[in-house]
Amino acid sequence: MKTNAPVKKVLRSLRPYLPLLLAAVVSALISVSLTLYIPVLIGHAIDRIIGQGQVFFDDVAQILGYIGIAVGGVTVFQWLMQYFVNLVCYKTVRDLRRAVFRKLNTVPLSYIDTHAHGDLISRVINDVDAVGDGLAQLFLQLFAGIVTIVGTLIFMLMTDWRIALAVFFLTPLSLFVAGFIGKLSAKRFREQQLLQGEISSYVEEYVGNQRVVKAFAYEEQAFAGFDRYNNELLDVGFKAQYAGALANPTTRLVNAIVYAAVGIIGALAALSGTLTVGGLSCFLTYANQYTKPFNEVTGVLTQLQTGIAAAGRVFEVLEAEDETPDADASSLSSAKGEVQIEHVSFSYTPDKPLIRDFSLHVRSGTHVAIVGPTGCGKTTLINLLMRFYDVNSGRILVDGADIRDLPRNDLRSRYGMVLQESWLFHGTIMENLRYGNESADDAAVIAAAKAAYAHSFIRRLPQGYDTVISEGGGNLSQGQKQLLCIARAMLTDPEILILDEATSSIDTLTEIRVQKAFAKMMQGRTSFVVAHRLSTIKESDVILVMREGNIVEQGSHRELLHKKGFYYTLYHAQFAAPTV
Amino acid sequence: MGIKNRDAGYVWAMGGLLVLLALLGWSSAMFTQYFASKASQGAGTKIRRALFRHINTLSHAELDKLGTPSLITRITNDTNTVQQSIAMMIRLLTRAPFIIAGSLVMAMTINLKLSLIFFGAAVLIALTLYLVMTRSVPIFSAMQKKLDVISLISRENLSGNRVIRAFSKQKTACKRMDDATEDLARTAIRVSRLSALLSPVTYAVTDIAIILIVWFGAIDVDLGGMQTGDIVALVSYMTQILLAMVVVANLVTLMTRTAASAKRINQVFETVPSVQEKNTEPIETDETAPKIEFEHVCFNYNDDGDDELTDVSFAVPRGATVGIIGGTGSGKSTLVNLIPRFYDVNAGCVRVDGRDVRDYPFAQLRRQIGMVPQQSTLFSGTVRDNLRWRKPDATDEELLAALQTAQALEFVQKLPKGLDSRVEQGGRNFSGGQRQRLCIARALVNRPDLLILDDSFSALDLATDAALRKALRETTDGMTVLIVTQRCSTVRNADLILVVSDGELAGVGTHDELTASCTVYRDICLSQQTEKEAAR
Repeated sequence: MKTNAPVKKVLRSLRPYLPLLLAAVVSALISVSLTLYIPVLIGHAIDRIIGQGQVFFDDVAQILGYIGIAVGGVTVFQWLMQYFVNLVCYKTVRDLRRAVFRKLNTVPLSYIDTHAHGDLISRVINDVDAVGDGLAQLFLQLFAGIVTIVGTLIFMLMTDWRIALAVFFLTPLSLFVAGFIGKLSAKRFREQQLLQGEISSYVEEYVGNQRVVKAFAYEEQAFAGFDRYNNELLDVGFKAQYAGALANPTTRLVNAIVYAAVGIIGALAALSGTLTVGGLSCFLTYANQYTKPFNEVTGVLTQLQTGIAAAGRVFEVLEAEDETPDADASSLSSAKGEVQIEHVSFSYTPDKPLIRDFSLHVRSGTHVAIVGPTGCGKTTLINLLMRFYDVNSGRILVDGADIRDLPRNDLRSRYGMVLQESWLFHGTIMENLRYGNESADDAAVIAAAKAAYAHSFIRRLPQGYDTVISEGGGNLSQGQKQLLCIARAMLTDPEILILDEATSSIDTLTEIRVQKAFAKMMQGRTSFVVAHRLSTIKESDVILVMREGNIVEQGSHRELLHKKGFYYTLYHAQFAAPTV
Repeated sequence: MGIKNRDAGYVWAMGGLLVLLALLGWSSAMFTQYFASKASQGAGTKIRRALFRHINTLSHAELDKLGTPSLITRITNDTNTVQQSIAMMIRLLTRAPFIIAGSLVMAMTINLKLSLIFFGAAVLIALTLYLVMTRSVPIFSAMQKKLDVISLISRENLSGNRVIRAFSKQKTACKRMDDATEDLARTAIRVSRLSALLSPVTYAVTDIAIILIVWFGAIDVDLGGMQTGDIVALVSYMTQILLAMVVVANLVTLMTRTAASAKRINQVFETVPSVQEKNTEPIETDETAPKIEFEHVCFNYNDDGDDELTDVSFAVPRGATVGIIGGTGSGKSTLVNLIPRFYDVNAGCVRVDGRDVRDYPFAQLRRQIGMVPQQSTLFSGTVRDNLRWRKPDATDEELLAALQTAQALEFVQKLPKGLDSRVEQGGRNFSGGQRQRLCIARALVNRPDLLILDDSFSALDLATDAALRKALRETTDGMTVLIVTQRCSTVRNADLILVVSDGELAGVGTHDELTASCTVYRDICLSQQTEKEAAR
């Protein structure tokens, strides 16, 4: 059944906390049985108070003492039960968040590229929270409930087993009703969580990019879009809430009818003399107690259902297919930086072939430049080299080994790279620069920053190297972020260097200097450079000219110019470029 | 009565009455649930709505301070908590005061002296609630803040996934998440130790009250003050109160959490935008004044840092093409960000069409500007949706014309669905250069008066760059164009060039004037000339 699957999976993830759950059950057992016993004791005490001058104070005191002890026990064990349940829930919440996060680091990159980030974040934050809330409610009601049910059942059986059996079999009727309502509303709850995710995505998109929204005075439209989701959520949320909330009064009604039926049957039995009036009254009290847990469970049905729907979404991520597992072959035999690309074909979507039957042999120490119009697949080639995506056919060899036979981290640690998008994380500049080489000392970091011409602007920041970069880079300019990314790459000591438009946002004066630093760094190392400014790649050993996913020309700058082909056109377009 | 008189009819009648009462209870519960659901969902929707609207009015400085991940949690998680607790309170809390008050009154009518015990118990329970609540609210606030951290880490991990993998830092990332989740779990467990106290303590207090009632009741009965039955009644009233209080105690935990969330929501509402719209009525502009005028403008992002811009003054005539050139981090972007009033100047004044930008309603000012920001961001939807930002009802011809100018027509037409092709969030399914060109096209639809290109050619190859500039020149006749760039060739033929260096204007003039008079400009051009000469 569809709604049961996530429940089972959540329960499975509770396995490590079985001892804690057991402790919670034992605490529940003790506190509930004492709770059931206290009224009996009070009854005994009152029996010793007969009337004026007829009070047995010694007995009363003794019984009240027992009650006191029982109250102490209830207090302590009730607290323990709640504490244990909370412990399990919060730990499970923590585990689920970690698991989802780990998963996001092992799924293929295409998963992250094709899923709305806001929705994924909503799963980590809101859905996991909903699972935790559901679990807490479930356990708190369940443990106390089961003990109450068993306890009262025993008392009822002792009074009159026939009516007890009737109650025993009739009460679960209410559960059927609740289950029926639950099934009807389950869809609404799933929709509700889905909309939560969509709202979260929308907020992530439009709040995260307020700059653009403001620039276009687009606030009203952005708001209207939000309002649509929000109103949809109101509609679905109301239906889910109401449907879920119906379960409780309805079970109460069913139980009340059962209670009335038992009362009538009991009364008729008493009429025929098989049951005493006292027995009937006592019986009804227990019947009332017995149905209470059923009512309470349905009282938290809304949370349970939200939890189940949320769990479904959490496990959807957890069950996403991982990257093909890493080969456990040891590291490369020799680290020379030789790259062979053999008959590689690749496309992101099957209907749009991008790279077709591409071969290239890059000897160790060769500088390869990749040029071509925007969108021709240059970045895709980098994606394949780094194994962010796997080739569809053909193979890529690094130092003679198929990169699919190498552990990814091993492969990637051979590369130093600066990507088009300058990504920095929330932390100090120092921490960001050390990202690829944590053991680097301050002097080395500063040297790298100097080589990347980032040192002077860093020094001018209020806290220098200890300035905290806010999420996404905050007030650093695009060019400054790029310089930091370059410094970060310079601090690693890679065998192969990959530069994907690494200097596109930097002013030309700085760029020339940075290029020099790169040239020094690339000496004797293999490098792949994607660039638009053709002047920066003229010195390369091989220039690959790409067009629509194919290598249309390859050779040195001189050879290519000589050929008067596509490169020649590109080159001249660039330098004979009309100006504004 | 019934059984005594062997009156089966009476039994049936009473049984029927019981069922009837149950049905009555059921239908009123349905009403309660209906209104509870309506009220809570409605309130949640209203809060989310108001939050989003308010966030829309905040300016860049406040958004940077609050942070997107935190805003996401506030608009989803925190609002959900408030919503849920409204529902619970209507459902459960409405009964409790009636039961408690009723029981107290009944107790007083039975025995005034013993009812003092009731009041004592009530005071003790209230005190416990108060203590637990005041102590746990700050912890709950801390918890939500820790949730923000988790949201931040998740968001960063998604946006930086390529870099994280390239540096093989998955383990470090996971470690960061482990620490953050552990931190949250610890705090949550700490607060649960406190809040788990509520119902046991309530239980203990009421049961002790019962013990006292029985004991003092016994004394009273012994003296002939009251009947044994009265004790039974008092005990049962106390039990009623107990049951009601346990419900309240359970809700208090939820309420405490809600208080913390409500505080965070209010924090957003209390954040006043630093850039405020002073005037919502359209204003008259002076068509004879320069299109843009900067007068002794000084600006910095935060008060402690150095000035980002110092004493910048210049004027741009209507229809001119202006190049803004300067080193990385020299303040070029900051300068253009002042024109649509993303930030307010600290001193001096920025004028558009002769009027201070602070006098404009936002829409009037910003709608005439076509802005292409440095970071090319697209939104999920179709290509058409993205292009219609400046004009929601733009026709396909208008869109295609804009695409043509932006050199994006070719690749858009090659897409299987053309203008209806899907754009993933942020435009991830397009290459950097394609995104940039779509952003330029977006700014061109409905022909802006003022086009600002903030280093918008960086991801374009130079051939496309050149073709784009040629097309721009041909179609932007009469349009004032501001081009922020690193490339000398881009600004060479501009009507006016602003050279920005360390937040100051190092030179204003045409290419020839600046080559003659401005060292900074000459250096920049020289650095690129070497490139050119080498090419020959």
